[in-house]
Amino acid sequence: MNTLRRILALALKELLAILRDKKSRFVLIGPPIAQLLIFGYAATFDLNDIPLAVYNEDRSAPSRELVARIAGSPHFHLVSIIGRDSQIAPLIDNREALMVLHLGPRFSANLHRGGSGHAQVIIDGRNSNTALLALGYLRAIITDFNIGWAREHGAQRPPATLKIRPWYNENLLSRWFIVPGIVGLLTLVVTTVVTGLSVAREREAGTFDQLLVTPLRPVEILIGKSIPGILIGLIEGSLILIVAVYWFEVPLRGSLGALYLGLFLFLLSAVGIGLMISSLAVTQQQGILGAFLFLVPAVILSGFATPIANMPEVVQQLTWLNPMRYFLVILRGVFLEGDSYGLLLDQYWPMAIIAVATLALAGWLFRHRMN
Amino acid sequence: MNPAAARRMRLTGMIRKESLQILRDPSSIAIAFIMPVVLLLLFGYGVSLDARKVPLAMVVEQPDANSASLVGAFRHSEYFAPRLFTSLQEARQAFDLREVFGIVWLRNNFSNRLLGQGDAPIGVIINGVDANQARITGGYIQGVWQAWLADYARGRGLTPRVPVVLEPRIWFNAAVRSHNFLVPGLIAVIMTLIGAMLTSMVVAREWERGTMEALMVTPIRIDELVIGKLAPYFLLGMGGMLLSVVMALWQFDVPLRGSFWALTATSALFMLVALGMGLLISVVAKNQFVAGQVSIIVTFLPAFILSGFIFSIGSMPEPIQWITHLIPARYYVAILQSLFLAGDIWPIMLGNSAALAVMMVVFLGLARRRFHKRLDA
Amino acid sequence: MDNGAALVFRGVSKTFGDAKAPALEQVDIDIRPTRVTGLIGPDGAGKTTLMRLAAGLLTPDSGSIHALGMDVVQEPLRVQSSIGYMPQRFGLYEDLSVQENLDLYADLQGVARADRPARYQQLMHMTGLAPFTRRLAGRLSGGMKQKLGLACALVRPPRLLLLDEPTVGVDPVSRRELWAIVYRQVEDEGMTVLLSTAYLDEAGRCDEVILMHEGRRLGQGPPADFSEPMRGRSFHIGAPSVGKRRLQAELAGVPGIIDATIEGEQVRVVTTGAGLPARLPDIPDLTAAPAEPIFEDAFIAALKGGRAGTAPPAPALGFHGPTASASDRAVIEVHGLQRRFGDFIAVKGVSFQVRRGEIFGLLGANGAGKTTTFRILCGLLPASSGEVRVAGLDLRRARARARGRLGYMAQRFSLYADLTVLQNLRFFASAYDLHRRRSKQRIAWALEAFELEKYANANSGTLPLGYKQRLAMAAALLHEPDILFLDEPTSGVDPLARREFWQRINALAEAGVTVLVTTHFMDEANYCDRLVIMAEGEVLATGTPADMKARYRSDERPDPTMEDAFIALIEAHEKDAGAVPA
Repeated sequence: MNTLRRILALALKELLAILRDKKSRFVLIGPPIAQLLIFGYAATFDLNDIPLAVYNEDRSAPSRELVARIAGSPHFHLVSIIGRDSQIAPLIDNREALMVLHLGPRFSANLHRGGSGHAQVIIDGRNSNTALLALGYLRAIITDFNIGWAREHGAQRPPATLKIRPWYNENLLSRWFIVPGIVGLLTLVVTTVVTGLSVAREREAGTFDQLLVTPLRPVEILIGKSIPGILIGLIEGSLILIVAVYWFEVPLRGSLGALYLGLFLFLLSAVGIGLMISSLAVTQQQGILGAFLFLVPAVILSGFATPIANMPEVVQQLTWLNPMRYFLVILRGVFLEGDSYGLLLDQYWPMAIIAVATLALAGWLFRHRMN
Repeated sequence: MNPAAARRMRLTGMIRKESLQILRDPSSIAIAFIMPVVLLLLFGYGVSLDARKVPLAMVVEQPDANSASLVGAFRHSEYFAPRLFTSLQEARQAFDLREVFGIVWLRNNFSNRLLGQGDAPIGVIINGVDANQARITGGYIQGVWQAWLADYARGRGLTPRVPVVLEPRIWFNAAVRSHNFLVPGLIAVIMTLIGAMLTSMVVAREWERGTMEALMVTPIRIDELVIGKLAPYFLLGMGGMLLSVVMALWQFDVPLRGSFWALTATSALFMLVALGMGLLISVVAKNQFVAGQVSIIVTFLPAFILSGFIFSIGSMPEPIQWITHLIPARYYVAILQSLFLAGDIWPIMLGNSAALAVMMVVFLGLARRRFHKRLDA
Repeated sequence: MDNGAALVFRGVSKTFGDAKAPALEQVDIDIRPTRVTGLIGPDGAGKTTLMRLAAGLLTPDSGSIHALGMDVVQEPLRVQSSIGYMPQRFGLYEDLSVQENLDLYADLQGVARADRPARYQQLMHMTGLAPFTRRLAGRLSGGMKQKLGLACALVRPPRLLLLDEPTVGVDPVSRRELWAIVYRQVEDEGMTVLLSTAYLDEAGRCDEVILMHEGRRLGQGPPADFSEPMRGRSFHIGAPSVGKRRLQAELAGVPGIIDATIEGEQVRVVTTGAGLPARLPDIPDLTAAPAEPIFEDAFIAALKGGRAGTAPPAPALGFHGPTASASDRAVIEVHGLQRRFGDFIAVKGVSFQVRRGEIFGLLGANGAGKTTTFRILCGLLPASSGEVRVAGLDLRRARARARGRLGYMAQRFSLYADLTVLQNLRFFASAYDLHRRRSKQRIAWALEAFELEKYANANSGTLPLGYKQRLAMAAALLHEPDILFLDEPTSGVDPLARREFWQRINALAEAGVTVLVTTHFMDEANYCDRLVIMAEGEVLATGTPADMKARYRSDERPDPTMEDAFIALIEAHEKDAGAVPA
């Protein structure tokens, strides 16, 4: 009973200390909002207005139609029409155009003859991702053109056609992928920083000794310090969820309960890691450094921006230790795929194990450091 | 002693002191040399957009020679690791469990339609959650399909009848390796972080330890103080830079097609911008904790997201595109990606270098103006 | 403007940012050349602001400042190349060696290379740092750091030397050496020195003193000019039958007495007018004798003005323990206590006992091991070996239970600065298991007894220093501990607040609370019943303050102070050890 009362008093004090300090209030509110907006709007792989130059040596109706189709697409933006081969290189080199579409003088002649017209495309590969995506858009337009041409000219249709349907994110919007990830990213950052600094802050202010001479036991101090981290994480996470659903209009299709169960387990493991940093850091600066050293790899190796499956095998195995990788699957599963508890079971238990391990380790470190 | 000699003596005194401190304090060496290595390895291996061996479910309802040849085409592609299913039901289950990223569905009338009127439909379902990955995978599937079609036609002695054939030629990065553009970009991001952190922490440290007050009552001038502080860290930062370039060339096999001296010159310019930014932060913050925080917030994330290193600037909403002009890393990323992959492209180098030069003047000028030999100003 | 003075302030005012009260208000001073002038005043008097203004680090809001005939506001660089300045925390680069620090300042001050060897040799000899030139500054002791700081400020002999609290936190032995260096500069080089200090007993060492309070100059003149008018107003009063503590408490309340402090076994009083007040407490064996006036008497008289007898009444602390004399049983027992940090032995076989209701002092220079001992006693650090019993409990086994019976007040203000006074008290009440009614009662008591009501809802970080200290003490006393641990409780607190603080401590001891205190103010040792003096991890002496002083009574020093005793003890110890090269 006394234990419970002491823990609650400590948790209340922690919350007050965080919320009453202008600087920490700012850290809780400012960067998350800025990051949410920047990530939400800027972090997109979708391309539009790709600068395109056209070198059309064949001035016939079909070639003009093809060029019109491409230039009319929202993905492309015609920046230049050129008339000489030598003009291609400077355009690409100077990044004035990402791609140059070159239709040779015999383009329509070949087409009418029943052969194939060759559309040569020169693409700036400095950013290979952009290059591949742009090529994908172009290929889709040309496939469309081909089907139309075949229909109009009664040509034989290809023996098999491909119908690609993306599920869960029908329009392939990067935002639907990135924004749910931000829920995980920001709750991780906030929770780790809040708990990671909590002991160091007291050590620096000299209040930690004052705390240690009270009858509070180390375990009680640890629990009291983890409660505010979890609470703040829950509130912050919920807030970002609301923004994701109502501002960025990402569909929330699955079970909210399954999402919150994941959030809770995720916060427990984040708090465990934060407390481990806390028990090791003597100054707030060390705390910040520790948090940074954990957060950067945790975010990079979580599948937040780039898929884990693309990483080398060894690195992939390393990500099994990262609680964020599981939570991101839960977030995207619940948001877009409409998942519920059953399908997410494999994500819950690793987080539970990480939480138990890190909390236990934090407790051990904490007691060990005090002696 | 004449004033010029006194000036020289003060300056060398400052530089010697800073250099000794760097040598004694492992943390600045760690920031300059260990951090770039760790970050480059982490990002270089952790961030990759190249899909390889994507697990794909192939539902073949009626196995025969035609479907087998299509499955074989997928199996031979380096991009896919197909798994065979006999019913859509089972494939869906694997799809829901995220065991496969997509489904290619050949119905039982596939061969009939293929041999008959043509136009045999191949249904493809892709997990679209990661839109970028889905697009790229979709592109790869199309590629396999087209190659198979051509093969199929050739096998039956038919000329493939495709009205317009796309012939892409990818310049500078023919293998479309994402490392080739990610690693130069990363160097820019890491150098922003390191340059800003190095100076912001060391100047703030002088305020915090009270050494600044003792320095300020000596006859030293602000310019001497600034130059004396920046010079050793500039060298340290360039050392880190060189290390990063070496790693890019030999660890990540990124080609360097531009000239080394152009790389050195533009890097030196950028290093000055980053150091100036750190100096400004520390002059304003005067406290290591705040300076460290601010330098992470204003350098790392913006450099990461808004520099065009990974997300294309042209696709961002207009207001955010404007903001990117304030991010020094944006210009340096453009320079580096060209220098590494394309060569000395003068219009790109000159334009972006001019922007960097302006930023350097602004940062150093502001820092110089805010940096008074007074405690109350 | 040139009246021959080395430093002239005329009508100088300075207010910082959004502060309500000015840091300096209409200050006029003249510092006479080739003299040591002391700038004396409590914390917040504006001493540091004045120093920084003189060094050209701050710009005054109004008024003019001239140093060595140059306008400091107009030509700070010219002034800075002819003065030496040592800020409060001197900017030594701790990761550079002694020699490298000197080289840096020689470069910055433009000392010609040819002149350096001679100057270095002179400085190193004077400061006793010659054997340590290759040592990193961070690994010097506090006193040595301070001397190196001084050497750096002197590397090119300045005509005007500004020293901001050079002796703060430095042990008495190093303090004496610092003063000797300063006087040699004045005598050999004809330097002018302006030195600020919070130690009132250092006033006597200056040629001239400027007394500051709340941003104003209260007076200027030779120290004797301050203490002389107090002649006939200072007395030693003794009354063996009541004991010094109760006697002091009674005297403090007598109208006509503005100050009553314990000195040895007697109480020193300062009166409002000449002669003792007519009505003294009615105690049969009370004796009174005139005392030699000291600077502190004048300081208290100037600050308190006519407000005699305003010492706060000893608060009813609400303790119901046995009275002081009830038990002679030891409450704290320490036997053969050792503490190692790696190879370094911080505490070497320390033993002592503290009896119930005693005020027990731990004295020693920085690094003497007193803080380590103190932390072991509080249960903040485990002992490497030896036995420690607090309140009859073995700390190794029953740390949590023992903690419930002790109160702890750290050196720095260490409550939650962002929480209000009330929130702090509530938290500590819960942490000490006080429930509802008890908690309410005790918090009400704390607010009243420490006069904190008007600040109850203020952030504790914004309280004036004296109130912060009261709050810290209130929090340490909420659960009515049997034993109170105080770690340098009065450092940085002005003399008035220090008096008030000791009054409360006395009342606690009277109520039977055992108090263990560390301090580096030698005069505060007089408040202790018994004390130990530590050096290099060992106990050098144990006993009552009177015992200690008696040991060093000699013909030259018939009435040694605690500081004399301390220095004699340390010097004797060093001679024994044969260490410490000159």
